[in-house]
Amino acid sequence: MDTARLIRRDEFTWEISPRGKMRVPAILYADEALIRAMDEKVYEQAANVATLPGIVRAAYAMPDAHWGYGFPIGGVAAFDPAAGGVVSAGGVGFDISCGVRTLHTGLRRPDIEAIKPVLAEALYACIPCGVGSTGSIRLNAREMSAMLTDGARWAVRRGYGTAEDLERIEEGGRMPEAQPDEVSDQAKQRQRDEMGTLGSGNHYLEVQHVARVFEPAIAAAYGLQEGDVVISIHCGSRGLGHQIGTDFMKKMLASAERYGIHLPDRELACAPIESPVGQSYLGAMRAGINCALANRQILTHLTREVFRDLLPDARLTLLYDVSHNTCKLEEHVVDGVPRRLFVHRKGATRAFGPGHPAVAPALRAAGQPVLIGGTMGTASYVLAGTAESEARSFGSACHGAGRAMSRHQATRQWQGRQVVDDLAAKGVLIRSPSLRGVAEEAPGAYKEVGAVVDAAHQAGLARKVARLEPLICIKG
Amino acid sequence: MMSWEHFDHGADIGVRGYGASPAEAFGQAAFALTAVITDPATVNPKVAVHVACEAPDLELLLVDWLNALIYEMATRKMLFGRFAVRIAGNTLQGEAWGEAVDRARHPLAVEVKGATYTALRVEQNPAGLWLAECVVDV
Repeated sequence: MDTARLIRRDEFTWEISPRGKMRVPAILYADEALIRAMDEKVYEQAANVATLPGIVRAAYAMPDAHWGYGFPIGGVAAFDPAAGGVVSAGGVGFDISCGVRTLHTGLRRPDIEAIKPVLAEALYACIPCGVGSTGSIRLNAREMSAMLTDGARWAVRRGYGTAEDLERIEEGGRMPEAQPDEVSDQAKQRQRDEMGTLGSGNHYLEVQHVARVFEPAIAAAYGLQEGDVVISIHCGSRGLGHQIGTDFMKKMLASAERYGIHLPDRELACAPIESPVGQSYLGAMRAGINCALANRQILTHLTREVFRDLLPDARLTLLYDVSHNTCKLEEHVVDGVPRRLFVHRKGATRAFGPGHPAVAPALRAAGQPVLIGGTMGTASYVLAGTAESEARSFGSACHGAGRAMSRHQATRQWQGRQVVDDLAAKGVLIRSPSLRGVAEEAPGAYKEVGAVVDAAHQAGLARKVARLEPLICIKG
Repeated sequence: MMSWEHFDHGADIGVRGYGASPAEAFGQAAFALTAVITDPATVNPKVAVHVACEAPDLELLLVDWLNALIYEMATRKMLFGRFAVRIAGNTLQGEAWGEAVDRARHPLAVEVKGATYTALRVEQNPAGLWLAECVVDV
């Protein structure tokens, strides 16, 4: 991105001043190197988001922002329903509530070293992943509706986890006000045999170790010490969420003109929050969030079963579960006045600071854990939400590394087998049904996640707590 | 010239089909969609699935057509390797021939979540050739 088009507010804050139809500025958080490397499309897309009705304060882009659909990926925007604010299916994305959860194991790195290959095979055998994979759970209409209403709470009720898990999930594991009836039959049909599946692309289940702690006090509150073995699961709402995205992009595009909304890009399709289409989408999207929470809960259960058989001393407890692609009703203070806003986070993580009532009591003093997925060859990070992020980004931070090159470029540069062998030599065991998928997801195809995390830390969006490095990766 | 190809989009991928008519270009774009997921040459066109779509214009019809195929692949656990498309006004009738996913024979890369309005174009070039393209989310 050409920095000459931006006003530099401070070392990590860059502004696109309102021009044309922009109602508010767009604010980009990144260091100079990340800004220079950032796609020009982020400029265009952040500026477009700033034109939407009812947007409050600014359209934000996180340090990992890249070209998305209508909204940049790594985009945050809040809308006021009382000011004609909108909800956008593109602003949430196709993979509703795609997110990461991290589990403690109670094990130290030497505890699993000898058994690593066996553990990798067992996880690969038990976690359905890749194109066309199915889970063993079939939901009838009534159970589907219960799952979409109650999310991870439904899963726990069905035996996939414990009540303690729920305290460590956003919204206590259940997104309120979901409307399963607003989810199309096609979306439900797509989910019929996909409960408890990982998916493909950038989704994964990793066994990791805590390689470094940066903030010992917060790490202690999160229960993390160097040398600990943890598990991270990255996936979303599977076919159901994808179909909700498809269905409502179409409906919102068709209704935009009727609602007098000018769309600079069809992908920004949206509807007023206080409209039938807007309300219908919110009900369906919340059901999609519940589907993702239930799905990650079932995957957690499958993982626990593998560990119970192989490492009976392990105790898999949830550190936290975050969602990346959501629109949530939250209270934020704007110019000293608390307002109830619909905050879109597309490829961005909620990052509420210490003391925030939405954070689980056991973690509240430390701030919300912000789980950043990296690549299978580099690292992931645990950050903590800050009080400053409330004023800076409606309590939001980055979500991952972001791709540095396309899938095609990656397959031209790497062979899947070679990637698997190279990582094995470094002690990282990859298990995947797709060698082409592994090549497309090669670590070198991503930006350096450390740079993104450092920028988020320095910009005050979240504090860097710990670095997690992969030992085993089950890749869809 | 190849009758279909992919084009780059940051995290995802674009599908592009060419043809003497919009219908032919749509069929080739569908072939490009399959190529995102697997090698289309490995898919035997054993079973036909019928698809019908309606949209306000040709571009939105392309997105609907690709999304209908994504839905059929997801719910039937199938891959498609041959397509026939008929377009009349704002409606499309299509057939997709394929078979069940077989990990032993189909080198799988990634599933497609949905076709998008990004880089969406259906147009005829001065030489009369039709092009149909958009980005798909993977």
